[in-house]
Amino acid sequence: MSKSKRVIPGFKLTMGFSLVYLSLIVLIPLSALVIKTAGMGIDKFFDTVLQARILHGYLVSFGTAFIAAIINSIFGLILAWVLVRYNFPFKRFIDGIIDLPFALPTAVAGISLTTLYSENGWIGKILYSFGIKSSFSIFGIIVALTFIGIPFVVRTIQPVLEDLDNQYEEAATMLGASRIRIFFKVIFPEIAAPLLTGFGLAFARGVGEYGSVVFIAGNIPMKTEIAPLLIMSKLEQYDYSGAAAIAIVMLCTSFLILFAINVIQLRNNKLKQI
Amino acid sequence: MKYKLGKTLINKSENKFIKYGLIIISVLFLILMLIIPLISIISEALSKGFNAYVKAISEGYTIKAMNLTFITTIIVTVMNTLFGVCVAWTITKYKFKGKNLLGALIDLPFAISPVIAGLIFVLTFGRGSMFEGILKQTDIRVVFAIPGIILATLFVTFPFVAREIIPLMNAQGTDEEEAAAMMGASGFRIFRKITLPNIKWGLIYGVVLCSARAMGEFGAVSVVSGHIRGKTNTLPLHVEILYNEYQFSAAFAVASILVIIAIIILIIRNIVEWKSKKEV
Repeated sequence: MSKSKRVIPGFKLTMGFSLVYLSLIVLIPLSALVIKTAGMGIDKFFDTVLQARILHGYLVSFGTAFIAAIINSIFGLILAWVLVRYNFPFKRFIDGIIDLPFALPTAVAGISLTTLYSENGWIGKILYSFGIKSSFSIFGIIVALTFIGIPFVVRTIQPVLEDLDNQYEEAATMLGASRIRIFFKVIFPEIAAPLLTGFGLAFARGVGEYGSVVFIAGNIPMKTEIAPLLIMSKLEQYDYSGAAAIAIVMLCTSFLILFAINVIQLRNNKLKQI
Repeated sequence: MKYKLGKTLINKSENKFIKYGLIIISVLFLILMLIIPLISIISEALSKGFNAYVKAISEGYTIKAMNLTFITTIIVTVMNTLFGVCVAWTITKYKFKGKNLLGALIDLPFAISPVIAGLIFVLTFGRGSMFEGILKQTDIRVVFAIPGIILATLFVTFPFVAREIIPLMNAQGTDEEEAAAMMGASGFRIFRKITLPNIKWGLIYGVVLCSARAMGEFGAVSVVSGHIRGKTNTLPLHVEILYNEYQFSAAFAVASILVIIAIIILIIRNIVEWKSKKEV
């Protein structure tokens, strides 16, 4: 066995290059973050991250990312469903444009949404007349994060829905189950796992997002300040260890959430196998 | 045949109201969230007339920012593609311990905020860092200079290429490569003649995604660039500066260049997807 694994030449070269590159670009810089935080002492660390303004920043970042990921899960599911199951004019165009948030620089999305949702903007005008403050508010942040996250859920559900076996649906239909019942009993269990993955990706992206949010958020302390912006302002004051402390807490929380999602996925897979 | 029957059966039982309702919801959602913002960029860009638009995009700082963005994107895409192919090859063609860990480490940058990506390079190379002494002696600037911008962009776009081709190379297995190796083909020849044709479209797709993100990266670059006009300003940063100076139409004019590139990227993406589906 040990002989067959090295039949193809080039193991040392590609492995070596991969590890060196990974260390230089990802591991060494990330370790600098850990070293910096470790060097500041426990008291100062907690003093920094437990400040009301910082805690509120976390709340805004994680809260808005969560709501935006929920919105994207709902619309992403509908979009994937419509694109896989139905035929209608301009379907190719609709399918193609979904990836726009991946291709459009976030700063461009940011200034465009800010202009649209501000008091004199095309959409803001309508919302403000109903008393909804759509820019420089939590509402605005959620709009920006929803924009950024659109492709994640659609693109994770779409391939699964395409490969779905029609048999069970057929059988259920012949047995007289209603469409809604079929959807929740037959189809939904199949797409629950990719839906959760897409949710996790959109959520992780939203938590860290900066470019599209800074413009529309207005960055009012204790109101619409997001955690990445707090890191930014610590850096501008040359408080490097403060910035590192905020970053470490953000990273650990994100990792924990992604880890929890992975555990749920694994458990689901195991249940299915039984 | 059975499949077709099933399809029609299901479609017949589908409530027309639900079908058109869902289509209308989807279309309205995309118009509101994607199309209107796109149109608004173009309309804002042209709000002061076509001459002002041309002036804004041909201004000296814009050209310089465009050059920097272009150079960064090329360097980053080439390096990450090289790495992506290498690491995908290592993971899929050999057996070794710690394979899952390596796979997880590749995806790591996806879970990290761009601002933190910028921060770690400031901490590594900036004031009070471990490399500060060496950098001072050799007079190399990393932070607030172009190397920092490139490093931060490399980090943010790190997983794109590898992620697209690992599943493809996995599905393909190693039989053909092993056969070629036994017949005495060199590693590079095996890659070029056997592996590459199979992963071609996935690779192009990964490269397109990587370059799109590299071109538009804002948060990470914003931290390390120092915003020196004409020197360390990329196009997205230039948009921000113009916008914050209340030169809205100029900001949108520069943004429209990025919109045009984004649309070209989307078109390439769709062509690639269409071609790869046709080949399967």
